[in-house]
Amino acid sequence: MATLVKKLKTINKPKPESQLVNKWTPAFYMLPAMFVMLSMVLYPFGFGVWLSFTNMSLTKFFNPDFIWFRNYLRLFQDGVIFSTFLRTIIWTFTNVFFHVTIGLFLALLLNRKLPGKSILRVLLIIPWAVPQYISALTWRSMFNYVYGAINIALKMVGLNPINWLSDPTMTFIGAILANIWLGFPFMMMIALGGLQSIDKSLYEAADIDGATSLQKLKNITLPLLKPVMTPAIILGTVWTFNQINVIILIAGGFGNEKTQILVTEVYRLAFNFYRYGYAAAYSVVIFLMLLVFSLIYIRNTGIMKELD
Amino acid sequence: MSKKLSSHFERNDSPLKTVLIYLILLIFVFIAIYPLLNVLSVSLRPNDSLFLTTLEIVPDNWSLENYRKALFEKDLLLWIRNSLLISTLTALTGLSLSASAGYAFSRFRFFGKKTAMLLFLVTQMFPAPMLLLPMFIMLTKLGLINNFFGLLIPYTATAVPFTVWLMKGYFDTIPKSLEESAYIDGCNSFKAFYKVILPLATPALAISALFGFMSAWSEYIVAQIILRKSSMLTLPVGLVQLQMDFTAEWGVYSAAAIITTIPVVILFVALSKYLVGGLTLGGVKG
Repeated sequence: MATLVKKLKTINKPKPESQLVNKWTPAFYMLPAMFVMLSMVLYPFGFGVWLSFTNMSLTKFFNPDFIWFRNYLRLFQDGVIFSTFLRTIIWTFTNVFFHVTIGLFLALLLNRKLPGKSILRVLLIIPWAVPQYISALTWRSMFNYVYGAINIALKMVGLNPINWLSDPTMTFIGAILANIWLGFPFMMMIALGGLQSIDKSLYEAADIDGATSLQKLKNITLPLLKPVMTPAIILGTVWTFNQINVIILIAGGFGNEKTQILVTEVYRLAFNFYRYGYAAAYSVVIFLMLLVFSLIYIRNTGIMKELD
Repeated sequence: MSKKLSSHFERNDSPLKTVLIYLILLIFVFIAIYPLLNVLSVSLRPNDSLFLTTLEIVPDNWSLENYRKALFEKDLLLWIRNSLLISTLTALTGLSLSASAGYAFSRFRFFGKKTAMLLFLVTQMFPAPMLLLPMFIMLTKLGLINNFFGLLIPYTATAVPFTVWLMKGYFDTIPKSLEESAYIDGCNSFKAFYKVILPLATPALAISALFGFMSAWSEYIVAQIILRKSSMLTLPVGLVQLQMDFTAEWGVYSAAAIITTIPVVILFVALSKYLVGGLTLGGVKG
């Protein structure tokens, strides 16, 4: 009864919604998150750009000089960035290619009536579930020359053991192997989700028309998976491009120049050689590359239209 | 009998094809779990036979000695405590930030909304080292090196973009009429959000909190730069240090790695469905 009276009172004297929710209400909800994002993303970003025009280093930490474009000039004169860039392309392309093909292949196998497939699926996503640093360290120990499982297995089939960790090229190849292992379950899960949303009647209609399974794959499955896989592949490409844990940990610290990709090279320049200004210039160049890639992504997916 | 059996398989698959599919899947399962089995195997080896050159999983003379050492002679418990602390703080901070921001994105139209949402998305694409160096210098100048607070802010910032999108997606599914009736009952905006909407969003809140927790639990690079004091180390930094001392501590490291990994793997497998849902939502819907 009391609540009814209260309700009646409020109905008699209704507060218009505009009074309860004014133009400052969204700001009230947004401010905390925006503060963190701006202080941890936008401010460091601006600071990094400024840093790239200075010669800050460990000895010049508090009194860096403003040297304009000299870092950028030296970056391209040194020329190491070109081979590192090439290695990054190889790294990203190889990894994403195998992530997608293995993931798609396994998803196709799992997307059929198969007793026990849920257990198989759970076991197959384990590489994604293990913390990345532990996976990388585990692969590092498996690459050990004498006691590592991979060389032991190579010997058992009569092959020569490989110097995974002391030959920089082999370290790089090893890191690719480890990262392929790390990344295929993500693509598998995305593809599986996409496959399950495809209407079964399409396949039945194709069966009636006498289509082969290859034709069904090419004309039904792959085209319908494309909208699901494209964003995942783009995301995967950016993740792989930015992947820093695997190479750093498998190489065991800062490692050799010849195992680095762009992001690990920045990390090395900054935290091994303490060339802060130079490393900042390096990362601005990387950022510009990613920016171009992101703009293409945003344009192609029409993401801006969906943001309402 | 054969009719009943065949209903478990695809209609047109021959027995040979089914066997082949199982075989391929099992090979991949083996590849997927072998590295963990390898760690498990090393962790069970007693010290005198640590360096074996066989591939068997459970050694004949297995022992739990390495687990005892990891827990009671090394700093594993300290690292776990530190990691629990920082991960819980990250989860709670990230949760409150992303719930409120996600709510604003879901319910209001305001100036700069598109830009803000895009900002959250674009941060996912930033190369980490690009922000790492300025952040490190910034935190050094603020005196936040060797300080959990110095770790909390970057961790929250990395977890929040994903969880904001997740929360927005979930709030979108809750009808607006619920708040409207709350307004009529005399609630103000915050009270309606806090008392009516948040309780309904519990599943998404749980996923967001766990996501924040797990991302902090497994983070290595930032922690390695910010934490220098041995009493402050988190699990990843501590474990990497143990592993780098390969010859002496391989067994102990492996035991510690198993203790760290198993809970995370179980949690992850249980949540994977929602994580994929959130990711594809963020990807497909924009």
